[in-house]
Amino acid sequence: MLKLLCPYCGVEADETELVSGGEAHLKREGPESSDEEFEEYLFLRDNPKGIIFERWRHAMGCGKWFHVARCTETMEVFGTYPAQTYKPPTKVLQEIKARRH
Amino acid sequence: MKKYSLLSLVRQSLNYHTGWERAWKSPEPKENYDVVIVGAGGHGLATAYYLGKNHGIKNVAILEKGWLGGGNTGRNTTIIRSNYLQDASAAIYEKSRSLYEILSQDLNYNIMFSPRGVMMLAQTHHEARGYQRINSANIIQGIKTEYITPERVKELCKIINIDCPRYPILGALWQPRGGTARHDAVAWGYARACSEMGMHIIQKCEVTGISQQNNGSLDIQTSRGSIRCNKLGMVVAGHSGVLAAQAGFRLPIESVALQALVSEPVKPCLDVVVMANTVHGYISQSDKGEMVIGGGADQYNNYSQRGSFIHIENTVRALVEMFPIISRLKMLRQWGGIVDMTGDRSPIISKTPVQNIFINCGWGTGGFKSIPGSGWAMAELMAKGEPGVLAEPFSLERFKEGRFIDESVAAGVAH
Repeated sequence: MLKLLCPYCGVEADETELVSGGEAHLKREGPESSDEEFEEYLFLRDNPKGIIFERWRHAMGCGKWFHVARCTETMEVFGTYPAQTYKPPTKVLQEIKARRH
Repeated sequence: MKKYSLLSLVRQSLNYHTGWERAWKSPEPKENYDVVIVGAGGHGLATAYYLGKNHGIKNVAILEKGWLGGGNTGRNTTIIRSNYLQDASAAIYEKSRSLYEILSQDLNYNIMFSPRGVMMLAQTHHEARGYQRINSANIIQGIKTEYITPERVKELCKIINIDCPRYPILGALWQPRGGTARHDAVAWGYARACSEMGMHIIQKCEVTGISQQNNGSLDIQTSRGSIRCNKLGMVVAGHSGVLAAQAGFRLPIESVALQALVSEPVKPCLDVVVMANTVHGYISQSDKGEMVIGGGADQYNNYSQRGSFIHIENTVRALVEMFPIISRLKMLRQWGGIVDMTGDRSPIISKTPVQNIFINCGWGTGGFKSIPGSGWAMAELMAKGEPGVLAEPFSLERFKEGRFIDESVAAGVAH
């Protein structure tokens, strides 16, 4: 069972308590965007075998969206962080670096 | 290669079965091929087979990272059906189902196709209406399906409890010509036929890089040396994104784990395939007597080929409610496969942004049933360079154009 620490309420939640929201840090396209840009935003994904940054929602808990750094191959979790950011925080990146080198 | 027949069986049995030859050869890779297919699963081998059989292209290599048929071809619940809503899906899945009917004779290899009938249970009013709609669509498409009553469900499947407390059975979409086949035999049969045509099946050969020359030919770096080809077909299911990244493009695909499990063998008690999409439980009985059980896919990206434990619990709980008789069965084995999910839950058989690279992926949780049809359509695309009638709607462009083949709405679930 995948367990993630909700960075808002501090609860370590089982995956049954959470809803996955897919890849994080996507560039959101607006009304003037081209078909290519919308395709990119809506459908094209890196789908990495390895480290992924993704969105999760603590649906059966505090209800907040948050972000997770996880490995899709080993299921290792490197850290969770609040969703109000455009890129992963330095602390999480350092944690990934520390465990991958 | 010697033909399998009753006569050869008799002859070999007199010889204590010492004279059987290997079903396929394992040659060293050449430097150059007309076509290279990456992925020796069902879809890859079927593509190669129909390239040779329908289009006369036989200078073909099929590269496989692991062992032949060891990915999703060996990890599914072997259900074959074609009762889809959208015309494009119905066409390719029905082509596939009809090819399965003649595949044993075609390949001279017993794939144990068993058209025992597939029943998709309606357990909510929404689902019941949805299946009636599919039934109407199937009539127009010329696919024989029937919407049946709970009483008829009970008649066809004696061990089912139609009065389930949570989700009683309200009816079912019944496809009498659907069924199951032996999954390994499908891969082995195609492999034997490909090898017979002189194609090279190269196992334990991982692709590590793809680059294009000025003349359009492709250089493939592999763990067994460099291979050059004129046309490349990517048929690697869950790892499509990884391979596409090597060639420099992205796909509308997310990879997730889907699991299945089998019980200890019991005496024959279930002679149809039952699918319950609302509660996510699929069950059939194998020829060995094991209950073959499938459930829902994980909700998050995953390449681990294990899957989440919670899905086993959910699936088994749902099935015990419908089939109280199985409540004390022990489960023998559980496994996971990495399925490639597209946004509209329909596959991709398409040209790619790189010239001479073609891709066949996105079959998601419904890959096994589509193996022959998928190979047929992909072979046509690769041989002619343009898609035929079957493949045309399944191009990569549809995501840009918003021309979806929306089977997720049609079925209400991943399937």
